[in-house]
Amino acid sequence: MTETKEESRIGVFICHCGTNIAGSLSIQEVMDYAKTLDGVVVADEYQYMCSTPGQSKIIDAIKEHNLNGIVVAACSPRLHEPTFRTATQEGGLNKFRFEMANIRDQNSWVHMHDWEGATEKAKDQVLIAVAKARMLEDLQPKSVPVEHSALVLGGGVGGMQAALDLASAGIKTYLIEKAPTVGGRMSQLDKTFPTLDCSQCILTPKMVDVGRHPNIELRTYTEVENVEGYIGNFTITLRKKARGVLDPTEALERGIIGGGCNGCGDCAEVCPVIKPNPFEFGMAPRKAIYIYHPQVMPLQYTVDFDACVKCGLCVEACGEEKRAIDLDMVDTFEKVRVGTCILAIGYDFIPIEQKTEWGYKRFDNVITGLEFERLICASGPTGGKLIRPSDGQIPKKVGFVLCAGSRDNTGGVAKAYCSRFCCMYSLKHAHQIMEKIPGAVPYLFYMDIRSFGKMYEEFYYRIQNEGAKFIRGRVANILEDPTTKNLIVHTEDTLLGRPVAMEMDMVVLAAAIQPKPEAERIRQMFGVSKSQDGWLLEAHPKLNPCGTTTAGIYLAGVCQGPKDIPDTVAQAEGAASAASIPIHTGEVQLEPYFAQCMDEICAGCGMCVPQCPYGALALIDKEGRTVMEVTEAKCKGCGTCGGFCPGGAIKMQHFTSPQICAQIDAFLLKGGEY
Amino acid sequence: MTDENWKPKIIAIICNWCSYAGADLAGGARIQYPPDIRAIRVMCTGRVDPLFIMKAFQDGADGMLISGCHFGDCHYLEGNYKCAKRMFLVKNLLKNIGLDDNRLRMTFVSASEGAKWGMVMEDVVKTVTELGPSPIKKYER
Repeated sequence: MTETKEESRIGVFICHCGTNIAGSLSIQEVMDYAKTLDGVVVADEYQYMCSTPGQSKIIDAIKEHNLNGIVVAACSPRLHEPTFRTATQEGGLNKFRFEMANIRDQNSWVHMHDWEGATEKAKDQVLIAVAKARMLEDLQPKSVPVEHSALVLGGGVGGMQAALDLASAGIKTYLIEKAPTVGGRMSQLDKTFPTLDCSQCILTPKMVDVGRHPNIELRTYTEVENVEGYIGNFTITLRKKARGVLDPTEALERGIIGGGCNGCGDCAEVCPVIKPNPFEFGMAPRKAIYIYHPQVMPLQYTVDFDACVKCGLCVEACGEEKRAIDLDMVDTFEKVRVGTCILAIGYDFIPIEQKTEWGYKRFDNVITGLEFERLICASGPTGGKLIRPSDGQIPKKVGFVLCAGSRDNTGGVAKAYCSRFCCMYSLKHAHQIMEKIPGAVPYLFYMDIRSFGKMYEEFYYRIQNEGAKFIRGRVANILEDPTTKNLIVHTEDTLLGRPVAMEMDMVVLAAAIQPKPEAERIRQMFGVSKSQDGWLLEAHPKLNPCGTTTAGIYLAGVCQGPKDIPDTVAQAEGAASAASIPIHTGEVQLEPYFAQCMDEICAGCGMCVPQCPYGALALIDKEGRTVMEVTEAKCKGCGTCGGFCPGGAIKMQHFTSPQICAQIDAFLLKGGEY
Repeated sequence: MTDENWKPKIIAIICNWCSYAGADLAGGARIQYPPDIRAIRVMCTGRVDPLFIMKAFQDGADGMLISGCHFGDCHYLEGNYKCAKRMFLVKNLLKNIGLDDNRLRMTFVSASEGAKWGMVMEDVVKTVTELGPSPIKKYER
């Protein structure tokens, strides 16, 4: 492109960020240096550039000095680039005439004790930014329309809440759940703290609502197979797993009028295959054709094809009228188009048996908190009667091991973080024991009790007053008395300052939680980063806790980090709100970092075409020559083609080769022209 | 071999989504490292043209770092693979023109690896400092 180069008139603005920057390097020196740089006509500083007066400085300076490029040396562009771009635009410049020098996150904060070094680096950072600013061009952001639909992955309480909110806001929402029913972890709980509401009682209405909502397309027993596209225009391939059972709609599609599963259960009655029920952690049996629990949504049986022997008894029992069972069913695929997606894929527990010191799975009477929930639950395997697994006796002394694998830096399966809800559910368990078993005493072995929520601390005092015993100390190991099957818990009572060994009838481990194994595949499909512990990574922990760095993908619930039900629901509502904004706006602006082919240089070799991961490039005939053409709608601006083109014919807007070379030259040659 | 005040000149080209975010996180966590590296932000390491590296060395850079997302984590699916492939070629080229190819490093730092970014910074500065000033003399311009 042979445009006559306009004279650079750059304004440099240096932010103190309070003492965040000014406390570690010399603002004055950086400013004085900036004034000496080629093309810089004004340099200024301010306490907080991101504040309204700070931004006004930029706006005023553009008008006063007829600037054509802005450099702000402050925090990270990942934080405030949009702020300063807006200011640049308000000053009358194209907003892409702005460049940032990151002298806080990547300078003053990481060189806090090196005043000279940090000042020198800041000068160079300003130099590099000015070099780029001098080469910047006007760019026009591209608008793309947004599909009026959303997808929520995960049908736990978070996913259901997000789907209900989106649907109620008038957005068609696909709710995808891999299990045969929605409900998630919460449906396995008996009561919820601190109100002691019955978990199913508050969950079931939501489950029914998502099943009935006209705007929700509920897809249970379904997984995401593939994700394509970008914000506004995702195409998601779903795999509907073979359920072996038709719902009334599917039956109608096959011409079976009035047929399909009505949940009567005749099939399960005759099924000869008996397997352990995973919903009850193997403490109850399950047939090969089953429902998870009585409140499932949709009420529809599912065939476990891994267990099914295809004897056909269930088909017979179902009868000629319903004809709901098809043992030859195969997985089917469906493509849906959505504007935005929310991931609410939940969590798993660590394999606590690998912490061998506590004897889980070696000793019958050591169970986990979630197993306790099933044992105390009226719809559980014992009908709500809490008994010892070894002999069915009622336990009178029950030990609770808190932080079982949480807040533990020893490695292995242990987790360094707090799992956040175990303190509270252990308090709740203690209460339930005292309520259900007269004379029973719960012993809570704890390091700290973290009762951080609304009404939680009060709940803690209540349980104390009810007579629960608290012993401060990490449990070192648990041994079993082979004759009585009682458990001896060894710990140090750190308040008494001496080791203790206490005999318990039963021990409940508050196991740490971890991301689901499938989280890895899902986050890669959706292009979401993970934090060090494997939880899905939010765009910013405070400023954007529901968003991700991939536009149009949002997070809700424990998949983003440990949280309890209220926090999960709150975040789900936040994610639904965030995900509905682009949908209701109807269009989003994409940054115009598209590749452009400079036809006069392009030799038409076509080597760039396979480099593009999105298939955005193609060779075309143009005025008798073969040249490459970019389909802007497909280009995401990674620049892989531009980094490869042997002839340098591809221009990556806003990251052009001359711009990057100017940055390199600026630092190494101290202001040499490219 | 050189005077004690010599500091290496190192340029890092880092991707917006992983390494730049990781470097920001190192800041948030106040992880301290030597201030001898100047970062240039690109959207993806796939953008890194071998020309940029050769240009920097021609200009007299003592070291270069290219840092992107971990394999499988690229915001643009596979830009980091494409970049890594090119790095093998460029390293060969450096050896052929008589430059120690340890002056060029490619690393993978994710958005959550602030601590790792600090370690990479320490390590790159240490390596390049031990190698000493680049033997390529800056041409008079």
